[in-house]
Amino acid sequence: MAAITLEGVGKTYAGGVDALPSIDLNIADGEFVVLVGPSGCGKSTLLRMIAGLESVTRGTIRIGERVVNTVEPAERDIAMVFQNYALYPHMTVRQNLAYGLKNRKMAKDEIARRVDEAAKILEIGPYLDRKPKALSGGQRQRVAMGRAIVREPAAFLFDEPLSNLDAKLRVQMRGEIKQLQARLGTTSIYVTHDQLEAMTLAHRLVVLNAGRIEQVGTPLEVYRKPASTFVAAFIGSPAMSLLTAEAAGGVARLGDATLALPADVTAIGEVVLGLRPEDLTPVPAGTEGAIPMTVSYIEELGAQRLIHGQTAGQGIVCAVPSDVEVGASLAVLPSSGALHVFDAKSGRRVN
Amino acid sequence: MVENRPLLNILAHVVLILGVAIVAFPIYVAFIASTHGPTDFLSGLIPLGPGHNIVPTYKTMLTNGMASAGMPPLWLQMGNSLIMALSISIGKIAISIISAFAIVYFRFPGRSVAFWLIFVTLMMPVEVRILPTYKVVADLGMLNTYAGLTIPLIASATATFLFRQVFLTIPDELMEAARIDGAGPMKFFWDILLPMSRNNIAALFVILFIYGWNQYLWPLVVTTDTSHYTIVMGIKRMADVTDAQPQWNYIMATAILAMLPPVLVVIFMQKLFVKGLIETEK
Amino acid sequence: MKRTLFRQRALAYLLIAPQLAVTAIFFLWPTGQAIVQSFQQEDAFGLHTSWVGLANYRALFSDPTYIQALGVTVVFTVAVTLSALVVALLLALAVDRLVRSATVYTTLLVWPYAVAPAVVGVLWWFLFNPTIGPLPYVLEQMGYQWDHSLHGTDAMILVVIAAAWPQVSYNFLFFVAGLQSIPASMREAAAIDGAGPAKRFFTITLPLLSPTTFFLAVVNLVYAMFNTFPVIHATTQGGPAGATDILVFKVYQDGFVALNLGSSAAQSVVLLVIVIALTAIQFGWMERRVQY
Repeated sequence: MAAITLEGVGKTYAGGVDALPSIDLNIADGEFVVLVGPSGCGKSTLLRMIAGLESVTRGTIRIGERVVNTVEPAERDIAMVFQNYALYPHMTVRQNLAYGLKNRKMAKDEIARRVDEAAKILEIGPYLDRKPKALSGGQRQRVAMGRAIVREPAAFLFDEPLSNLDAKLRVQMRGEIKQLQARLGTTSIYVTHDQLEAMTLAHRLVVLNAGRIEQVGTPLEVYRKPASTFVAAFIGSPAMSLLTAEAAGGVARLGDATLALPADVTAIGEVVLGLRPEDLTPVPAGTEGAIPMTVSYIEELGAQRLIHGQTAGQGIVCAVPSDVEVGASLAVLPSSGALHVFDAKSGRRVN
Repeated sequence: MVENRPLLNILAHVVLILGVAIVAFPIYVAFIASTHGPTDFLSGLIPLGPGHNIVPTYKTMLTNGMASAGMPPLWLQMGNSLIMALSISIGKIAISIISAFAIVYFRFPGRSVAFWLIFVTLMMPVEVRILPTYKVVADLGMLNTYAGLTIPLIASATATFLFRQVFLTIPDELMEAARIDGAGPMKFFWDILLPMSRNNIAALFVILFIYGWNQYLWPLVVTTDTSHYTIVMGIKRMADVTDAQPQWNYIMATAILAMLPPVLVVIFMQKLFVKGLIETEK
Repeated sequence: MKRTLFRQRALAYLLIAPQLAVTAIFFLWPTGQAIVQSFQQEDAFGLHTSWVGLANYRALFSDPTYIQALGVTVVFTVAVTLSALVVALLLALAVDRLVRSATVYTTLLVWPYAVAPAVVGVLWWFLFNPTIGPLPYVLEQMGYQWDHSLHGTDAMILVVIAAAWPQVSYNFLFFVAGLQSIPASMREAAAIDGAGPAKRFFTITLPLLSPTTFFLAVVNLVYAMFNTFPVIHATTQGGPAGATDILVFKVYQDGFVALNLGSSAAQSVVLLVIVIALTAIQFGWMERRVQY
């Protein structure tokens, strides 16, 4: 097990495309870090650079104390779980698990011991002599994890490992990965575009956008204090409503509504206000600090009801308990301290 | 689609039975001819029922050939054909699969030049460049050798492209997983690529075996020594050497024996044969 | 293109070396030789060669036997291609209709592909043998005196049948595959629209089959032009009076038998140009299907 350190790591492709300008990141020993971002943000490239599958244009990557920039993937003491599992189709599950160990010339009984142990942990014992073709998606996923576990590596690298599973299985496997990592305590880097997966798995989240780190923090930190409008819109479901308003003298004007800005906001002029749907409560029209909205449509989710509406020509979403009746127009009041304020130009958080 | 047109179905059967008959007719006549004694042909039209000379005819041809006319026994010619067919098919598969491996999985200067060099051989059938190729083989002292018979035919753009296509459809992650598992290029080739291409190799082998066995022009020009005759070219030499009145029973026995191995291969490996045929033309 | 590639250069060269060596020694060098020789002439004793420019080509195209061979090749190639395609399409349509017995018929129809063209030639040579062959006997009953050693047309019919025979199997397989790839729903839709079998064939099946047909046409042309040497050599030897003297047979005959190096080389180059043209057409077709 080991810490992983990235210093100024960057990637420029042969054609001159700058995929990753420069990334600095310290991952502690035993930590579970999730790289999350939309497709094309460079998260997979970064993971593949750590794995040794992509060359490093600049900067240094350390696994433990060792600089691994030019070290072969097999020598980096890492294991990787791929999105399509990449199981060898002509080998049985047992052979798949043992292949990497055999290549390292490990003793036969040690290989058998590790394979059996991994099979026990992942409950794939009954399938050890089957070929991948004869397994279900979830079982293949377990075998792919088993192949990583038997290596007993310094770090696990996960590249969207749950994307090929159906929704129900995805939730189940998510839980299993979380427990497994807690149990083994192996440093893990996990790449996903699914913010919910990122929130539930990570010790620490790294939100990437267009090759740059937008924010690093625990899931709650990122959720409660998104560092930019990008993070605000990306993390959390239903997504935060972002509304452009005019700030002056400690208040922000949004159409007819006037909202008190947090005390630490000194910005004047155009700002973006962020409001999470669950932080808005319907109140009688005319309540001080309330935002009037006209309802466009209602999404029924069972436990709650999402009201999509318009205020001052901008979209706003409010979540209410599902037994609340909603009218064609209503006013919503933000809970105290729930207002996120961002600079309109840079998109960075100002409070 | 449910369609009730019995007349059309009957027509289809008639067309197919006619087709099968046209296909089978020459073989039937050839087989019948091979069962008769040489004198049975003197009466004019060949008999349409089997004769009684089948055992002596095939026995003579297999063990003696037409010794008087300088034709070696057919078992020797069939042996040569087998050597040629196997060398060509295995040779083609071997050099094509490794060159496709190099082209698909390696980064090296001259990669696209190599690809195009292999590609242009598609445009140079041996029939077109027969004389200068013969000269090269003669200069290298390879006339009347198995090497001369096979090596000039084992370069294959078709096989290289086939394997290239096969490799391109193998997911990238498999090679990456193998690298993380500590497999170098050759280990990846033996442990992963080769087993995964097994079906394609088998299908290609069927096609190439037929191709190799049926070679005619090339053995005709590079073998003058009867000990290197192959049966497919031998049949023509035989028709020539038996003078004005070819001994049809012997020639037809040779024809039957010459077509038997590849035809059996096609009938018993029909699935692989069809797969190979369709893949090599993609 | 693969995302990651091995970087061991020496190994890569080693892997591709055998293919390139065979290609260079037995393909590129002889072809280059043919091109060079086509501009040269050797004296009668083979001691001295001199550059003659386009003289060989000029001689070639003013040689009436070569002009005749060109014409013969066109007739032969087109006849082989057309007959092999039409017969194969008929058989494929019939098989496509019959669900239950299709595989049996397929097995009975594909194996001729495995028979060597030379053997096929000898078989038909025998069947058409004017004294003992069964076919001339039948024709004689119908009042026709068959003799391919005297009549050019008879000889041409003989070699066309012999050359087309194994190729029917090949075309048949591809037509069956092509027919099966036409979605049943298309024909069903046409049937609901009131089109009968014949109308469906001409308005739906045939147009949707046209890529297969085009591909097969090119393959058959290449086959008929270049791979039918054994058929001619094993049967008519180009006769009677050059009536079946196709280009690939002539280049062999003039080179190996008549030892006319300059002319043979020029003929090789002409053939080369034809192959390149046909390959370009075929590759243009491939490129639309295969991602490169």
